[in-house]
Amino acid sequence: MTEPQLPPETPAEDNESAEPESRWTAFMNDLTGVNVDWRSALLVPVLAIIAALAVSVVIIVVSDIELWREFSLSALGDAIGQAGSAMWALFTGSFGSLAAVSSTLAFSAPLILAGLSVAIGFKAGLFNIGAEGQMLMGGMAAVALGITIDIPVFLNVPLAVIGAMIGGGIWGGIAGLLRARTGAHEVITTIMLNSIAGLAVIWMLSTDFFQPEGRQDPVSEDIAVSARLPRLLGFLDRNDLRVHFGIVVALLAAYAIYWVLFKSTIGFEFRAVGFNPDAAHYAGMKVTWLYVSVMGLAGGLAGIAGMTQINGLLYRASPGFAAGIGFDAISLALLGRSHPAGVVAAGFLFGALRAGGLDMQVATDVPIDLIGVIQALVVVFIAAPALIRAIFRVKTGEEIGQLTTGWGT
Amino acid sequence: MATLELRGITKRFPGVLANDSVDLKVSSGEILGLLGENGAGKTTLMNILYGLYSADEGEILIDDVPQSFAGPGDAIAAGIGMVHQHFMLVPVFTVTENVVLGVEPVGPGGVINIKEAKREVREISQRYGLEVDPDAIIEDIPVGIQQRVEIIKVLFRNAEFLIFDEPTAVLTPQEIEEFFGILNGLREAGKAIIFITHKLKEVIEVSDDIAVLRRGAMVGGADPATTTEADLANLMVGRPVELVVAKEDSEPGAQVLTVSDLVVLDDRDQVAVNSISFDVKAGEIVGVAGVQGNGQTELVEALTGLRGVAAGTVTIGGKDVTHATPRQIHESSVAHVPEDRQRSGLVMSFSITENMVLDGYYHEPYSSGIKMDWDSARSKAEELVEQYDVRTPGTEVAANTLSGGNQQKVIVAREFGRDVQLVVASQPTRGIDVGSIEYIHERIVEERDQGAALLIVSTELDEVMALSDRILVMFDGKVVAEYRGGAVTAEEIGLAMAGAAT
Repeated sequence: MTEPQLPPETPAEDNESAEPESRWTAFMNDLTGVNVDWRSALLVPVLAIIAALAVSVVIIVVSDIELWREFSLSALGDAIGQAGSAMWALFTGSFGSLAAVSSTLAFSAPLILAGLSVAIGFKAGLFNIGAEGQMLMGGMAAVALGITIDIPVFLNVPLAVIGAMIGGGIWGGIAGLLRARTGAHEVITTIMLNSIAGLAVIWMLSTDFFQPEGRQDPVSEDIAVSARLPRLLGFLDRNDLRVHFGIVVALLAAYAIYWVLFKSTIGFEFRAVGFNPDAAHYAGMKVTWLYVSVMGLAGGLAGIAGMTQINGLLYRASPGFAAGIGFDAISLALLGRSHPAGVVAAGFLFGALRAGGLDMQVATDVPIDLIGVIQALVVVFIAAPALIRAIFRVKTGEEIGQLTTGWGT
Repeated sequence: MATLELRGITKRFPGVLANDSVDLKVSSGEILGLLGENGAGKTTLMNILYGLYSADEGEILIDDVPQSFAGPGDAIAAGIGMVHQHFMLVPVFTVTENVVLGVEPVGPGGVINIKEAKREVREISQRYGLEVDPDAIIEDIPVGIQQRVEIIKVLFRNAEFLIFDEPTAVLTPQEIEEFFGILNGLREAGKAIIFITHKLKEVIEVSDDIAVLRRGAMVGGADPATTTEADLANLMVGRPVELVVAKEDSEPGAQVLTVSDLVVLDDRDQVAVNSISFDVKAGEIVGVAGVQGNGQTELVEALTGLRGVAAGTVTIGGKDVTHATPRQIHESSVAHVPEDRQRSGLVMSFSITENMVLDGYYHEPYSSGIKMDWDSARSKAEELVEQYDVRTPGTEVAANTLSGGNQQKVIVAREFGRDVQLVVASQPTRGIDVGSIEYIHERIVEERDQGAALLIVSTELDEVMALSDRILVMFDGKVVAEYRGGAVTAEEIGLAMAGAAT
């Protein structure tokens, strides 16, 4: 009698979940071994993407400079044509050819890993803004190993993964430790640690250890060839097929995180702390230790993401090699509802946008910045299910739920 | 003379009929007791009356004139005032500032005329016998006085019809008496009052007329002069309810919990538990009575490892657990029903299964190594749901879809569903329906009869008296009195709770 009585939860028997599940849902559940209401899990993201692309088309049209100079129907037609070809280039550049798919996968790998980093934080009620800095630290650890150690590739690559995980893990763990010991909120500390990491990279790249002889600019030596992530389509002997072993690492990591979150005692603790730290404490879990381990694990994942940038793509470090992936990861984790499978799907989407965006910029005059707009719009629509419901007049599932605990709690 | 009438009010939420053609009438100088279990639709009905919801059918009449409220503003303008159970006060503001908030008397230049406001507050406070200091800061005054501020707030807005939502839930027995005095004063001043509660005794004591809601429908009225608690409980629940806990005399065995000279600090490092000593024996229920905030919370937290002990010792089953962790306490076969089920007893968005293994997840058979065995957790949960009569569509639904009583049963099932030597239960039946209370009380007595030692902490005096073989009264961090169950009156305990005993 105490709580204000909002509309009571609909009893399950009146709910659509109690209806015989659709054949498609049954099929997907059998296929994946996961019992999920696929329709409601996928409906909002898919509709959000459609809505975001639609709005982008409008943006391209109204931002057409010819249209503003002098409005005419033919100029409008040209603008719409321009938007159409931009969308087409976006599609062909991401899925239209083997090279395009390869490029999409190459872009997806670090996005998925960094997305997992943020997602696992959300699951434990922590808002990890620090994936960018953790990527830098993990990447630098990989560089340090890559320029000093030259052992066979089947040893050197795992070494790089482990080294990057430790490097990023320590960086994330610092934020966790500060939260656990002093209550400093991880949003603040991870943002600060991002700046520190960015500047630390510049400083490190000017030391003799990293800098090649004779260079004055902040750049590292090349890592050993044996430390490079092998190209998956290397046997085709084509230069434009960039997809590398990083995508395999990312997918394995996604499965591992799924297992940890939902099948292990540790994940049970993470989720309990995420939803209700008081109840976790009551149940005998060590909440402060969990903050440190979650942030450590999150940092480790982001660290591997940084490693894939270095060992899969650039082969050397220069400032800002994380390329904003650590920030895209936040949108990505939201889009994927912090579930590893959702993060993988969202990672592919953002990877495709990055890959297709390059082609779009080349093929039309539409700047690649539009990709950022599309990503942001997707997140806006995801975060506002009511909006999607209104636009498409559909019944959608519940909101994405609680992501983090409040400030300073 | 003013009358407020509800006619045929019906309100549907998806899948639920919250109010089913409800009729209600109250006139000046009258107190109507509105009785009903949790979820019976009392609050929905009052929210309609207060303009927060609109009714699907039916009408609200004041002096036979139909009203339509688009929001609380309209309801207030029509003379309806609501005193919420959870006070809507700004803790750092003064009494006066809270009273005038939103309707401040404004002087020239848009400056609040605080002097005028203070004068009006003082006048209302004198006219209705609501003693308060207009300059006191809300967070510094006791709950009972805060409630008076809420009442003054409503009167300041010229309310003729006053709705009190569970007003006594937060009050001590003495404060309840004073509150009833205030209610009578308001009645004599010609106000019409609706008094919402689920406490049978109070409604009989203070009301002029009683209306009972069950499952959204008005199931009947009663005359307070002739009705009995048993009749009302029957009406409210829909079946005869055992209000008295049936139990044999206890046969205390060996000491299970021994507390000596225990000192515990609160969050602000003030002494909350001040050097207390007591024991609880096997096969015995010891009840701790006391007004909320006299150290009971800290005592329980210290006993269960959630809070550090500043001095003294705690032993359970002969083992020193003074500085044990919650998990070590759990492993000493201690069941803990926490004070606030939603805050710490359950993870509301977790499934029943997950909640059933919340504190036992880390050992066999629910996990081996770090691998959870969800199948065995699920079958245990199904077994407990069955055994403890948790009304749920299944074990995979989230805890927040259950009613308060069923949520509490989940906790009781989890904590009692293994071999325990000691039960520490805080407010085991707070805010749950009569049927669930009856059930949980039976389980508590059953645990005792199986040889467990039980420490029950409750601010509900009736509960402590009904269950306990021995009663300890806490006041200001100390045990100020000890009684044998059944050999003491509520008045004696009430006085001790207020600090009058030594």
